[in-house]
Amino acid sequence: MKPRLCPLDHEPGKALRATPYTVPVSTTAAPAGSQIAEITSSDASLRRFLAGLPGVDQVGAEARVATLATRSIKTSAKAFALDLAIRMIDLTTLEGQDTPGKVRALCAKAAHPDPADPTCPPVAAICVYPDLVPVAKDALTGSPVHLASVATAFPSGRSSLDVKVRETADAVAAGADEIDMVIDRGAFLAGGYSEVFEEIVAIKRACVSPSGGPNAHLKVILETGELVTYDNVRRASWLAMLAGADFIKTSTGKVSPAATLPVTLVMLEAVRDFREATGRQVGVKPAGGIRTAKDAIRYLVLVNETAGEDWLDPDWFRFGASSLLNDLLMQRTKLRTGRYAGPDYFTLD
Amino acid sequence: MPTFEYAPAPESRDVARVRSAYSLFINGEFVEPTDGRRFKTVSPASEEVLAEVAQAGEEDVDRAVAAARQAYDRIWSPMPGRERAKYLYRIARIIQERARELAVLESLDNGKPIRESRDVDIPLVAAHFFYYAGWADKLQYAGLGADPRPLGVAAQVIPWNFPLLMLAWKIAPALACGNTVVLKPAETTPLTALVFAEICQQAELPPGVVNILTGDGETGQALVTHDGVDKVAFTGSTEVGKAIARSVAGTHKHVTLELGGKAANIVFEDAPLDQAVEGIVNGIFFNQGHVCCAGSRLLVQESIYTDVLSRLKRRMGTLRVGDPLDKNTDVGAINSPQQLAKIRMLSDVGESEGADRWSAPCELPEHGYWFPPTIFTGVSQAHRIAREEIFGPVLSVLTFRTPAEAVEKANNTPYGLSAGVWTDKGSRILWMADKLRAGVVWANTFNQFDPASPFGGFKESGYGREGGRHGLSAYLSGARA
Repeated sequence: MKPRLCPLDHEPGKALRATPYTVPVSTTAAPAGSQIAEITSSDASLRRFLAGLPGVDQVGAEARVATLATRSIKTSAKAFALDLAIRMIDLTTLEGQDTPGKVRALCAKAAHPDPADPTCPPVAAICVYPDLVPVAKDALTGSPVHLASVATAFPSGRSSLDVKVRETADAVAAGADEIDMVIDRGAFLAGGYSEVFEEIVAIKRACVSPSGGPNAHLKVILETGELVTYDNVRRASWLAMLAGADFIKTSTGKVSPAATLPVTLVMLEAVRDFREATGRQVGVKPAGGIRTAKDAIRYLVLVNETAGEDWLDPDWFRFGASSLLNDLLMQRTKLRTGRYAGPDYFTLD
Repeated sequence: MPTFEYAPAPESRDVARVRSAYSLFINGEFVEPTDGRRFKTVSPASEEVLAEVAQAGEEDVDRAVAAARQAYDRIWSPMPGRERAKYLYRIARIIQERARELAVLESLDNGKPIRESRDVDIPLVAAHFFYYAGWADKLQYAGLGADPRPLGVAAQVIPWNFPLLMLAWKIAPALACGNTVVLKPAETTPLTALVFAEICQQAELPPGVVNILTGDGETGQALVTHDGVDKVAFTGSTEVGKAIARSVAGTHKHVTLELGGKAANIVFEDAPLDQAVEGIVNGIFFNQGHVCCAGSRLLVQESIYTDVLSRLKRRMGTLRVGDPLDKNTDVGAINSPQQLAKIRMLSDVGESEGADRWSAPCELPEHGYWFPPTIFTGVSQAHRIAREEIFGPVLSVLTFRTPAEAVEKANNTPYGLSAGVWTDKGSRILWMADKLRAGVVWANTFNQFDPASPFGGFKESGYGREGGRHGLSAYLSGARA
């Protein structure tokens, strides 16, 4: 997952749709690359910067996603979207009752989501608790599926930094190439932005591979259901990106509401603006509550028309989901055969 | 080619059930025009002829006004308000039932995207009838006197930008108050009004309460100058509005006029920028900019000018221009060749006066009337494109430094229909709303409509209010209270 910094393609398409237009944005509040160190140098400057980000109007943001949700994605566009959505899934199991057997089954499903159809692509990654990373690593041998582990006292994040760092390093050593950490929401809500920042930096450091291989990618879970306001979501997004997040992720899936379209809109605007300001592209992962193909397609439309087509790739956009996969498979089969097959024609795990 | 290419998703035009010819609706029946004249209405997206429509002459106007008078005297004005309400509720429900048909027909005849006719126009039409149905038996509590009386026969002339919605704004309050109406839809968009005539039949509205006369400006003139009408209600251009005002001056007729606008959309540096950009886009590109209250002048604080402009251009690059019946279309066709010529003329003037023109890169269809979403920068108050109503997808961008300067520039126009203010500061919104000379001031939003909210202008944007309790006073006389 190398960051791709290519500018958007300006070539006019055949369709009536206007081609994406980009101009360098000199966001008033946004930093140039060299300014990041200055912004994060002190608690006061970090606070000033985050408070200076443009606000989000709740009504306007929700109206925008409601309009985009009316996009009608049919035929060839639907086929494209369904396959892309499958390729973007972080197939997740994060339960107390998870066993090696369950994880192995999930890994098999991740590599071959639809055993009846060899053209069906694999999902992006498996997402498990740290203690099950060795099992998953073993089960995924030879498969292109990434292995993500949650860490940092997921889901609440209520532990000491030492424990969180140790847990992360442990998961990386066991073979996780993606780490989904949670931020300290308590610290964030108390205004301890530096504390949150330092913690992300420390976890990022713990993502370094002990064997000298590529470092694990860091997804930072904001748990937007606990941050509540869109202004907070925007600030937390920037905070995580400034601290080195490779991905920003909405939720743990353990708090309601989990991912929503307006929250994802705000995060997509943040990664778009961040890349314009610094040149570094950061991915977005909505997680929790996305269960139907229709939902997934709405997210893809949102990505397409907010951050742009550069993010329409599993390297830059993921869905944290479990039951979503089977609905995608069902819709995919329906598109191919013209009829719906019953749920028993799709595998459980 | 874009990575994620949306396949065409056209709404089926069959549901519109377009007929090859339509007649006039007088006294509850469809009748042929006396002199047999007809004209064609075309789809602006394809230039295809949709139907032949009757051209009402003076005799037809006579017949319609006489029918309306008779219905007023004998049935509608003596009818208790609660009974009138039943008809209005029934009409509202039928509009909801036939919403899809009406939406497709509106998009075909007008050129507006189906997303807007389906999600904005038609739901608002039904809402207007529901809202005024509720007033019909409560008029004595409207603050217009103890026993407000209807005015009589209303002559109503409406524009082509929101054909059925403007009909609803005119007919719903008039009928709720006990008036009868003769309505002339715009020459280029008569079809939904004629389906509305069918709906009146379906609702068993007494004959003569609603009469629909199709035709051009001549028909309109014959109607508003007819001696038998008591009330003239017009929505359209300031030029025609002035002519109407002159022609009814000195008569007994009551008049309300809802005319042009050149609204300022004012963006302060502390605004929620992403939503402000949406509001700018919605303000000027909604309905191809064919909106009297369109935010056609963007006043942006100079400190955020570069940022707002680049965000706006990027957003304009995602607008989907094309087939109005495609569910994914954002911007449809210009309604008529005349309007297209006017937009082109004023855009050329803007360029020749030295403003910088930028259009979203998009391919326009070969047939039909099209104009790409366009902005002009480097515009000053002295430019014609900052003063004259273009009534198309063309935005003039100006800057300001202080709130006082924003107010001064916003008010420095012969119009005064609407304004928008974008800021996170509540006190500033209130201060601005107090100073802006505009009938509607939107705060952190734009082009929002609701039947409960009065709408109307200052200065050359007209007089009288439509919508809400205020809208009742345009169709009632409180003097006899």
